[in-house]
Amino acid sequence: MNTTIMLFLLQDGITNGAIYALLGLALVLVFAVTRVILIPQGEFVTYGALSYAMLATGQVPGTVRLAVAMGLVAFALDLFFARKALHARLVMRSVALNIAFPVALLGLVYALVGPNTPIAVNIALALLIVAAIGLFLYRIAFQPIAHTSVLVLLIASVGCHLALQGLGLVFFGAEGLRAPALSSAAVTAGPLRFTGQSLAVYALTVGFIVGLWLFFGYTKTGKALRATAVNRLGARLVGIRTTLSGQIAFLLASVIGAISGILIVPITTLYYDTGFLIGLKGFIAAIIGGLVSYPLTAVAAIVVGIVEAFSSFYASNFKEVIVFTLILPVLVLRSLAAPQVEEEKD
Amino acid sequence: MTQRLPLIIFALVMAVIPLLPGIPPFWIVLLDNIGLAALVAMGLVLLTGVGGLTSFGQAAFCGFGAYTTAVLTTAYGVSPWLTLPASLLVSGIAAVLLGLVTVRLSGHYLPLGTIAWGIGLFYLFSKLEFLGRNDGISGIPPLSIGSFRMLSPDTIYYAIWVAVLLSALLTMNLLDSRTGRAIRALRRGHIAAEAFGVQTPRAKLLVFIYAAVLAGLSGWLYAHFQRAANPTPFGAQAGIEYLFIAVVGGAGYVWGGVLGAGIVVILKEVLQSYLPYIFGGQSQLETIVFGIMLVLLLQLAPQGVWPWLMSRLPFKPARKTPDTSVKLEHRERAAGTSPVLLHIDKARKQFGGVLAVNDVSFDVNAREIVALIGPNGAGKSTTFNLITGVLAATSGKIAVLGNEVANAPPQEVVKLGVSRTFQHVKLVPDMTVLENVAIGAHLRGNSGAISSMLRLDRTDEAKLLAEAARQIERVGLSEQIDQLAGSLSLGQQRIVEIARALCVDPMLLLLDEPAAGLRHMEKQRLAALLRQLRDGGMSVLLVEHDMGFVMDLADRIVVLDFGTKIAEGTPAAIKRNPDVIKAYLGAAA
Repeated sequence: MNTTIMLFLLQDGITNGAIYALLGLALVLVFAVTRVILIPQGEFVTYGALSYAMLATGQVPGTVRLAVAMGLVAFALDLFFARKALHARLVMRSVALNIAFPVALLGLVYALVGPNTPIAVNIALALLIVAAIGLFLYRIAFQPIAHTSVLVLLIASVGCHLALQGLGLVFFGAEGLRAPALSSAAVTAGPLRFTGQSLAVYALTVGFIVGLWLFFGYTKTGKALRATAVNRLGARLVGIRTTLSGQIAFLLASVIGAISGILIVPITTLYYDTGFLIGLKGFIAAIIGGLVSYPLTAVAAIVVGIVEAFSSFYASNFKEVIVFTLILPVLVLRSLAAPQVEEEKD
Repeated sequence: MTQRLPLIIFALVMAVIPLLPGIPPFWIVLLDNIGLAALVAMGLVLLTGVGGLTSFGQAAFCGFGAYTTAVLTTAYGVSPWLTLPASLLVSGIAAVLLGLVTVRLSGHYLPLGTIAWGIGLFYLFSKLEFLGRNDGISGIPPLSIGSFRMLSPDTIYYAIWVAVLLSALLTMNLLDSRTGRAIRALRRGHIAAEAFGVQTPRAKLLVFIYAAVLAGLSGWLYAHFQRAANPTPFGAQAGIEYLFIAVVGGAGYVWGGVLGAGIVVILKEVLQSYLPYIFGGQSQLETIVFGIMLVLLLQLAPQGVWPWLMSRLPFKPARKTPDTSVKLEHRERAAGTSPVLLHIDKARKQFGGVLAVNDVSFDVNAREIVALIGPNGAGKSTTFNLITGVLAATSGKIAVLGNEVANAPPQEVVKLGVSRTFQHVKLVPDMTVLENVAIGAHLRGNSGAISSMLRLDRTDEAKLLAEAARQIERVGLSEQIDQLAGSLSLGQQRIVEIARALCVDPMLLLLDEPAAGLRHMEKQRLAALLRQLRDGGMSVLLVEHDMGFVMDLADRIVVLDFGTKIAEGTPAAIKRNPDVIKAYLGAAA
């Protein structure tokens, strides 16, 4: 092997790895706060990417209608669960969040959509759409069962993945989509050429890692979110609004997922079900990070990206096999290192 | 026999269905698919619902079963029946290899691990040359008996449903046995089971292999049913669907697996054929409905459909009462080298900077009731955990009859004749009192999984249940013997724990706050029972906060405060000891 190929592979691996790192971070974030293992993270990626791609061609993506529909369901749930103690402020807040926000978004999309809409506007719209979906997803699917075991939450999460992926096919069709590049800037260093795209990927990843790490480690809100994960009842007793914590976590995760999607859709063609595989690789990184450590997750994601790049060069047929079996030795090490603790389940 | 009656009726109904005139062949195909899914779901019931190990990767084991027979029959011309053991063996071996890694994982790592290897294996199936890559292997010969070839869906139907019914029977036999009780105890954490000698990692591996072999059987049948094998039905999606089936039916019930398979397979068929009419031509709509229904189901009926149906039955299945006249042999006593039953010498336990037990030394002699008392956080329960091997001591020596325990695991300590109860009751709430107590006799039986499945364990099993029933009678809970342990009051649950500990046939009984939650009369009965046990030759070491109870009962008292022994002596001496008074009431100002 010559050095140039190796450098190319490394660069490729690091770029992909950075995306996996972003997703891994979102998974860790959601798990740390809600104990939900967010399988639909991959759908946030495809929804973000393909909504952006459709907006870029001047079409209205179906996701925005989904956001409105989910908002209605969320509103109905809010009313139903608060039926014993309905008061005007609560209803107003629920209307504003679950009805006014997605409907306004729908209006905005119809008003602004067109072939000449600036890239920045399209990105903002795609992010808002996915953010709304993420927010409502927590309200509808997870908030009613927030107190149950990790396992029940995981199965529910798989259910959400199935539904959202099926809807993805309805919205975007079976054909893959690609979107225009965000910027045409490029830097050349030796044999390597760094596009503006990949530089944006690196910058955002590093930014999010540092940001999340600081947020959870050093701010009061961050600590409150973590407390919710450890003991919901205890957190509520000391005045933390646990449902709000869950919503914040899902909001952040869906935005991070959508950003990752928008970052990669100019590089590769995305299909309605691509997100699942990408998400799973972020997942491997998150597991290696023990679902708790942000820096470790980021490093693991880079390793996953590099392994993937090298194995697609040397044994392209077995690329996925290698990436997914990578997790087994890690799991062994984790289980050897951490002796089992007694769990009081059910 | 009465318990078998529903099974026989069900078998007869299933046998008649294909013979009915006018049954559309399409229905038979559906029933074939239901049977195939039910086999996998049954394994998942045992693994996930009963054993508490969630697997998203069962479809991969079907793949092992299907590809094994596909390769052997097409490339090597082996007869399909000869490939059955090979298919089961390959899935079993795959399960051993994956299981050794997987079952060690705790909590959510386990399902995540299964997703990862499930997907990895799917890609492996679709990339390997000798498995035909994405196209798979076709032209697999049909099953045949003599010149009768099972070519059509209604002939292989019998092969599939015989497999389902046999597996259901074997699985239910397994659950209703010594090994089965050990498996059912797994979901509630491993400490209680291990305290009675259950090798929990081995029990987990056993259910993992069992579930994989059932999936392999399903795969083998599938290959000869479709006469082809390709990677798609063995991927992550299918693995998720199997879990869905188990959850829908009722993950804790063998028949829940079969029912769930029926519901899901039929539903899928209906959705696939009608949804396109309603929404026009789009594929995959059924996955949307599936996903939404899964979420709804978890919110509305997390237990599944089967238990819901059963609770609506007008009659309850009767339970057999064990014949208490059957004798169970005494446990083999370990040879002793010291007359002192329990000898603790400078035991020490440090958790990081916290010194929970600080060089505590005391003895328990034969035929003696010793109480360990002290304010909250004095290190009493930690001392119990050191003695029983739940925690490893930082330093010091603990010996039973001169045999040093030296940080042996709980399964070894119990063999020395030391059994215990827990401060926080650790019973399996959805098992009856009898079954819970019988776990205590685990080490006194020796039937394994295979003999349980084939019902060769009945004499052994009758002895264990008889012993359990005798101990329940001894503690005065005969009335509650068939109730679910979770339905008892907390005080009664503590008494059940004592009965379970007595089933070990112990020399030393460790009781952690046995009187908490008991009423006055119950406490007196408990005290009488403990005295009677002592007079029968047993020793008791108990932690208790009820001073009246302790002072009346104990021969000797050891007082701990902040992990250090501050006094030891007769109840009368302890009452007057100034250090003890200071520890409990504080120093006089």
